[in-house]
Amino acid sequence: MKKFAFLLALMLVLPSSWAKEAVLVAEDPEIERRMIHLSEDLRCLVCQNESLAGSRADFANDLRREIREQMKDNKSDKEIVDFLVARYGDFVLYRPPVKPTTFLLWFGPFVFLAAGAILLFFYLKRRRRQIEDPALSETQRQQAEALLKDSKGNNA
Amino acid sequence: MMRYLLPLVAFSVLVVFLLIGLNLNPRQVPSPLIGKPAPEFQLQQLQDSNKTLTSKENLGKVWLLNVWASWCVSCREEHPLLVELAKSGIVPVYGLNYKDERDLALQWLKQFGDPYTVSIRDPEGRTGIDYGVYGVPETYVIDKNGVIRYKQIGPVTVEALETKILPLVKELQG
Repeated sequence: MKKFAFLLALMLVLPSSWAKEAVLVAEDPEIERRMIHLSEDLRCLVCQNESLAGSRADFANDLRREIREQMKDNKSDKEIVDFLVARYGDFVLYRPPVKPTTFLLWFGPFVFLAAGAILLFFYLKRRRRQIEDPALSETQRQQAEALLKDSKGNNA
Repeated sequence: MMRYLLPLVAFSVLVVFLLIGLNLNPRQVPSPLIGKPAPEFQLQQLQDSNKTLTSKENLGKVWLLNVWASWCVSCREEHPLLVELAKSGIVPVYGLNYKDERDLALQWLKQFGDPYTVSIRDPEGRTGIDYGVYGVPETYVIDKNGVIRYKQIGPVTVEALETKILPLVKELQG
């Protein structure tokens, strides 16, 4: 039990001390802040589920260095993003630009939504027609009345 | 009839999308550099540190640029093919020694053979960034006008060589 508690304590304590963000070379905190802000929206191509800001891959390190240096050269964020897109393609962007090849990506969900809405509309319309009270014929009405009367009599 | 057909159609569409999606390789990111002039470089040669190579020196011929490193495991996989290709003399192969140490790189070539007409050094990976390198090995086919025509991401395979690279090289040399 003691061992278990110790292990648990270790598990709680260690990760926070191990978890270091990607190595920072913070000469200029302002540039560092800008770089991290920009690279959060950029994909690391080596570990594709991570952003350039969060990845510890060597490749991400190099690109962060590149971004930092370009910021020191007074390049704007847009110029830096263009620089990266020219080399790695739109894939580095977590927010892909709207253009013909990405129309499906951007508008596909809305197409599905519209299709779903249309289907739902017709389905509900048909359903309403089905559950509308079917008209009783005269004999059916009389039968029902007789049944009702009958059951009333029984209960009383 | 409709109530059985509709889900079946929807399911088939889903299966087709999944099949396409699962057969795509997420590592194969299409390079925007294809059809664009190969980025210029002037880099130190690996074998002779006093010499440099510039990308302009290769204008007028079709050449391959193979990005490699001694620390790269899949480079060993493709290396015998490159050695063979270099021997055949069909197309010159230049090496970009990416983020490597000179001693280790030289030793690696001694051990596995040196297919490269010239290897150049990119110890900090800056030329690599210009070429959009993100996973070594990568191989570029560059034409007589210095335009990138093809990029092989990952090791060169016999299949890629026979179906894509060599036919393209012949066409470009033609």
